[in-house]
Amino acid sequence: MKRYSAFAIAREALRQHTGWDRAWRKASPKKKYDVVIVGAGGHGLATAYYLGKNHGIRNVAILEKGWLGGGNTGRNTTIIRSNYLQDPSAAIYEKSRSLYETMSQDLNYNVMFSPRGVIMLAQTEHEVRGYRRTAHANALQGVETQFIGPEKVKELCPIINLDGPRYPVLGGLWQARGGTARHDAVAWGYARACSDMGMDIIQKCEVTGIRSEGGKVRGVSTSQGDIDCDKLGIVVAGHSGVLAKMAGFRLPIESVSLQALVSEPIKPCMDVVVMANTVHGYMSQSDKGEMVIGGGTDGYNNYTQRGSFHHIEETVRALVETFPMVSRLKMLRQWGGIVDVTGDRSPIISKTPLDGCFINCGWGTGGFKAIPGSGWATAEMIARNEPGPLAAAFGLERFREGRFIDESVAAGVAH
Amino acid sequence: MLTLTCPCCGVKAEESELHGGGEAHLTRFGPGSSEEEFHDYLFARENAKGVHFERWRHVHGCGKWFHAARCTATLQVFGTYSAQTTEPPADLLATIREKRPGWSWRDFS
Repeated sequence: MKRYSAFAIAREALRQHTGWDRAWRKASPKKKYDVVIVGAGGHGLATAYYLGKNHGIRNVAILEKGWLGGGNTGRNTTIIRSNYLQDPSAAIYEKSRSLYETMSQDLNYNVMFSPRGVIMLAQTEHEVRGYRRTAHANALQGVETQFIGPEKVKELCPIINLDGPRYPVLGGLWQARGGTARHDAVAWGYARACSDMGMDIIQKCEVTGIRSEGGKVRGVSTSQGDIDCDKLGIVVAGHSGVLAKMAGFRLPIESVSLQALVSEPIKPCMDVVVMANTVHGYMSQSDKGEMVIGGGTDGYNNYTQRGSFHHIEETVRALVETFPMVSRLKMLRQWGGIVDVTGDRSPIISKTPLDGCFINCGWGTGGFKAIPGSGWATAEMIARNEPGPLAAAFGLERFREGRFIDESVAAGVAH
Repeated sequence: MLTLTCPCCGVKAEESELHGGGEAHLTRFGPGSSEEEFHDYLFARENAKGVHFERWRHVHGCGKWFHAARCTATLQVFGTYSAQTTEPPADLLATIREKRPGWSWRDFS
């Protein structure tokens, strides 16, 4: 792999950019791999990357039915934060956030991580109490957050309207080290690093069946033929239920559509991320100048990657009352992604009833921020056949044992 | 916009008038059941990509619960029926069989 650097840009500028390599090799499947990862989104690629980097397992294939990073990795609103309430969540999300800080150097790929700060607005007395509690919990967990008053909110985000028609802004939970990153670059950077380690990234390769023998996984059947493997990682977000059915078990997950939209690009007007959970809308400004807006989830199972129109209306209504300037903006695009939601709004990183088959799913409405930490923890589990300290609390058995990790408040998106 | 006809009051209701209630035809288990049964009742879901039977409530209408058969991959609605039943009506199952040959969902096909 040729390293990307300022020197490389200068060198290529002098020779008409003829010397750039493909970021990752085009691969066709081999007969057998040590590990097959299903799903070349952020979480799948990060899992493969840390399998190679931390555990030396490099005979790995990553299968993708569509194109790399074309699912939720390319559809989210790129927010990174770790201000969760429960200890296991804070541990994995904070690990993830800290990995984002050095990701560009680590991958030699600019993921444009921008730790611009995230405010979660408190607009009812209950939210004020809830976020104060979260701030205290975060202090104990070693996650730097702070409860701030309305004046500070206005100072950080001057375009905000503190006295909205429905809910006044009473304060907010501020995480100065949270922010955004370029979502596609995260997938592309991991893909380039995986390919460089000799892993095969196989796109347009849909898994149609999971083959097992005596309760142990043998391999997968795909649209490009059968592929054998010793271990299988299922990292497919919205379609987790479909893959679980192939492997012969059911999941405590329902797939729904979550929407987002972006406005026309405008001059810089907002240099933090603001989430308003009571009225339900959140917004940040991308480097291109578009206002990136997160919407709501549908109230019914859906695999169509588009959501209900009335949710857009609700989201825009929430934004207009929180940021009145939005009323003058034109919206450019709107889309949906299929998110896999668990009962306690926490993810599943777990062994499965099928020996050698592991699953990483259930990130629901907030998976992007977790990509590096999730990959780190899943790789550790696959390499050692046992979940490590980061993943231990997120096993499937927690639903049977009543050991939930309740993040329905911190999840940020109303359901 | 998803439109369902409420079988209780006959109104053709659009989705903002309705509230989804999740998977239908769950077998309820309470105290005395095994952990496995209780877990499956509370959490394990078909989450099918395709034909899905689900509960809905006509909240901004008659207020009653009913069931619907819908395809989660295309949003096609096969029909709605009363919630006072443990399985979908035979004519609805026949309609689905005709439109989705080879289909199955839990014990129904």
